[in-house]
Amino acid sequence: MTAASIQVSEPPLVLYTLRRADDALILGHRLSEWCGHAPAMEEDMALANMGLDLIGQARELYIYAAKVEGKGNDEDKFAYLRDVRQYRNLLLVEQPNGDFARTMTRQFFYAVFADLYWRAMMMSRDATLAAIAAKAEKEFAYHVRHSSEWMIRLGDGTDESHRRVQIAADDLWAFTGEMFVVDDAERGLIDAGIAVDPASLRPRWLKTISEVLSEATLTIPQNDWMQKGGRIGHHTEHLGHLLSELQSLQRSFPGATW
Amino acid sequence: MYTQALNTSDGDDRHVEDATRSAQFQARIDADERIEPNDWMPAAYRKTLTRQISQHAHSEIVGMLPEGNWITRAPSLRRKAALLAKVQDECGHGLYLYAAAETLGTSREEMVDAMLTGKSRYSSIFNYPTLTWADIGAIGWLVDGAAIMNQIPLCRCSYGPYARAMIRVCKEESFHQRQGFEIMLTLARGTPEQKAMAQNALDRWWWPVLMMFGPPDQASQHSDTSTKWKIKRFSNDELRQKFIDATVPQAQFLGLTIPDPGMTQDAEGHWRYSEIDWTEFKQVLAGNGPCNRDRLAARRKAHDDGAWVREAAAAYAAKRANRPVAQAAE
Ligand SMILES: [Fe+2]
Ligand SMILES: [Fe+2]
Ligand SMILES: [Fe+2]
Repeated sequence: MTAASIQVSEPPLVLYTLRRADDALILGHRLSEWCGHAPAMEEDMALANMGLDLIGQARELYIYAAKVEGKGNDEDKFAYLRDVRQYRNLLLVEQPNGDFARTMTRQFFYAVFADLYWRAMMMSRDATLAAIAAKAEKEFAYHVRHSSEWMIRLGDGTDESHRRVQIAADDLWAFTGEMFVVDDAERGLIDAGIAVDPASLRPRWLKTISEVLSEATLTIPQNDWMQKGGRIGHHTEHLGHLLSELQSLQRSFPGATW
Repeated sequence: MYTQALNTSDGDDRHVEDATRSAQFQARIDADERIEPNDWMPAAYRKTLTRQISQHAHSEIVGMLPEGNWITRAPSLRRKAALLAKVQDECGHGLYLYAAAETLGTSREEMVDAMLTGKSRYSSIFNYPTLTWADIGAIGWLVDGAAIMNQIPLCRCSYGPYARAMIRVCKEESFHQRQGFEIMLTLARGTPEQKAMAQNALDRWWWPVLMMFGPPDQASQHSDTSTKWKIKRFSNDELRQKFIDATVPQAQFLGLTIPDPGMTQDAEGHWRYSEIDWTEFKQVLAGNGPCNRDRLAARRKAHDDGAWVREAAAAYAAKRANRPVAQAAE
């Protein structure tokens, strides 16, 4: 016997909140996969720190989504009982850890965006989202610092580290465009002052990315073709495997309390 | 924390040292003074402590693996965050302990290498597998619980940096212990399947946890100097008995059965336990536990896979350090 997936109704604010919650949970889960296996004990500490920040953000956002939805779902039902097509996260955050360069590059691309995004969201007319934003922004400021420092160290370290981090940047670049896409579901929230328009953040994102990559002696990837689909449940093959692990206990023991 | 089983102070190879200084040193210990890094100390005291603290540090780091095995499968977001934070704490303990050991003059790198090459040990308890979620409860409740029994006396250890590290570490270990007990309680009050899972975890962890306190007193000849130096304040059997007496009522509260049918309570209220299988203990110590090879392989893999990252960081730091010099030379 396995537990079936829940039904979720997704009016714009619920969908919006689930999308950000899923970003945080999936990236936090990825970072937690490192625990005990990092290149140095200090990095075990730092990766766990960032993972804990993200899992904490996910929980707050799921709790809010459940409240707005008002259908008796809760944080764990959202996390453990939706299948891959119901997940709404960006493709970037579900990409596998790969080597340390890939993990840091993914973190860097995302954190620079998230830091700008949540800073702007502190002005949201939705008080709950504004409060979540205030906390998240502080946390992402650290993620930006930590990942930027590593981009520079790896880019300007040895030939080997330079090679690895350049490959990671090239491979992940196509997943960065999705962060700035707005669909109809979110347009109304932006117009109402509840959400911010991510497209307006792209110039500042690109400026920081360019500055850090340049200090790291790395080249900005030239490929302009951007992948998308995560926001509507069209994921890469990686997410299904992540979820089968994350959800295994809840799926195998329906209705149990842990 | 997991050091009791590892104590092997070198009573025999102590160097012949200046008798006056040795006497003064012992007088300070007897007066309950703390020994600090820059104080004179017998070479054997330094060696014993370096061994004990570094083995304790290795245990914290290797101990991340069995629990880390369940972070990605934790059954709720609250449990996931708590477990990730717990394993992170253990890493912090490792770092803290390596720093304490470094004050005795051996670098962390050397100590870590000794562990990776199998020259230096870590606690045998981490050579057992975590098969179900209940093992995460059992480890917190029993393994952290046993660690606390071992470590509370170490908060008064004669060596200052170790004693101070233990005070901080003990606080976090008791938090872990309560958290583990709470996982067990939730399972014990859960579905029949969950309760069976909890009982099975207790069945598998009970005896290995009792072995964490080390060989029986009549079999361990090594504690004399450690006791004299106030590194060790209670015997293995004393600590084991304390642990059992504290744990039996907890198991009863959970409604779980300790896998020792011969266990009885004596007139003074102590729980008398059956003979421990020391053959198993010796086999695990000799490298034949169920996970010895996996644990070492995982630590070596992390170390080897991370080599290029550490090299990059060192190369970058060297470039930065050389930059002003290079400019000055222009
Ligand atoms: Fe410990
Ligand atoms: Fe610990
Ligand atoms: Fe602990």
